[in-house]
Amino acid sequence: MSLLDLQQDFRQWLTAESSGIESRVHASAAPGLAVYLNNYRAQLMACLAESFAVVASWIGADAFSAAAAVHIDRVPPHSWTLDDYALNFPETLATLYPEDPEVVDLGRLEYELGLAFTGADSAPVDPATLAGIDWDAARICFVPTFRLIQVRTNAAAIWSAIRAGNATLPPPVLPGNGTLAVWRREFAPMFRMLAIDEAEALSRLRDGASFAMVCEGLVHRFTEEQGPAIAGGYLRSWLNDGLVARIDG
Amino acid sequence: MPTEHRFGLGLRKPHYSDFLESDAAVPVDFVEVISENFMVEGGRPLDVLRRVRERHPVALHGVSMSIGSADGLRDDYLQRLRALVDAVEPLFVSDHLSWSRIGCFNSHDLLPLPYTQEALDLVCANVDRAQDVLGRTLLIENPSSYLVMAGEMTEWEFLAALCVRTGCELLLDVNNIFVSASNHGFDPVAYLAGIPVARVRQIHLAGHSQGRDLLIDTHDAPVPDPVWALYAAALERTGPVATMIERDDAIPPLACLLEELDVARGVASRYLQRAA
Repeated sequence: MSLLDLQQDFRQWLTAESSGIESRVHASAAPGLAVYLNNYRAQLMACLAESFAVVASWIGADAFSAAAAVHIDRVPPHSWTLDDYALNFPETLATLYPEDPEVVDLGRLEYELGLAFTGADSAPVDPATLAGIDWDAARICFVPTFRLIQVRTNAAAIWSAIRAGNATLPPPVLPGNGTLAVWRREFAPMFRMLAIDEAEALSRLRDGASFAMVCEGLVHRFTEEQGPAIAGGYLRSWLNDGLVARIDG
Repeated sequence: MPTEHRFGLGLRKPHYSDFLESDAAVPVDFVEVISENFMVEGGRPLDVLRRVRERHPVALHGVSMSIGSADGLRDDYLQRLRALVDAVEPLFVSDHLSWSRIGCFNSHDLLPLPYTQEALDLVCANVDRAQDVLGRTLLIENPSSYLVMAGEMTEWEFLAALCVRTGCELLLDVNNIFVSASNHGFDPVAYLAGIPVARVRQIHLAGHSQGRDLLIDTHDAPVPDPVWALYAAALERTGPVATMIERDDAIPPLACLLEELDVARGVASRYLQRAA
């Protein structure tokens, strides 16, 4: 019986309560095996509860525990950091709550905010340093915690109301596909619901388009005068939000 | 024989403001942090650690190296830990005599090893590799355990051999000795007599709780009297050694833990008076 075989049997005990390990330890070890099984599941349950406190508040503690138990059965942890265990929980929520898309949206928003909390540091650009930029060639680089996530519901409003401790929460509504920007400003994770045109502009810039190309797109959508003005307004708000790490050009 | 007698606490979130915002430094000689909580890219956790480090020496205590994994150590983990070690310049770097990961499965628990020659060879190879990558000596902590696997030596014999073969040192968790001794029916004083005391660089103290059948290492209660007694017995053998209290659940105000740390100072002081 090699150590490798023993450890694989122990894994099967923890994830499937497979009896292979029981034959490798003395019968008196049964209470000990139960302790390890309980520790394993309790640790993962605590991780999910801490990572998805808003989801738990929205669906209720019992429903959350049931969802977490399904996830623990479905997805064994693989990474050395427990933080990574939160990654696939929104997928489990999607299978459990197919008629309640706001639950999945809340889960994805919480996961992204958690990522931003410990993402790489980057000071936002100082607007006073932007003189002399060649705006025809300028490319905007966002802070490394910047993400765009697609949502189908008013999850952002629900999230804010829950975190504010509001007694009355907004009912879930399904306005259609929308985009949330998530990032971290200093040490605080932030998010903001985006208008369609702003989301498209951010998406194109993130994917490598120049600021001039984005202006051009807005000119086509609006007018020769409105396009650059709208792009300038977006840029001002991104600078104010601390979304921009630097502008090359 | 180690000569430094320092007293520290585990740094936990409820006490961050105590450590960072008071004008006077918290009266501890060092703090210990869970390494993995700070093996991140950036954000508030690393800022807290940087500012605490400006005030106190820091020990890095890991829970995920999985030094007993039969398929070796993860390079990405070691590199991340190395980066943290370089940034913090810690007092100690430690992890547990246990395993957590096999293949792509990570249990996030400290699972027991059989104390066999095969396991010893493997753990020695893993400790050698970790010490090479980290560029420093590792402290290995004795775990609490809830079952015993068939083996060829005792835990203390295993630790002694590990120290000889790898040059690693020991983080002696006195509460873990008490818990395992109670669960498995061995004499905790025999454990203390069997370890290479000159290799003990740090001591952990903590509380535990009574489960249905076994004592559980819960870190959710004050250090109980039998553990204090075992700590005194340990000091008889190790001499002065860096000591800290771990509290991970039902965490009280910092002042309570500082009072408890004063008890540790008192126990150590009585030992020193007798030794003089």
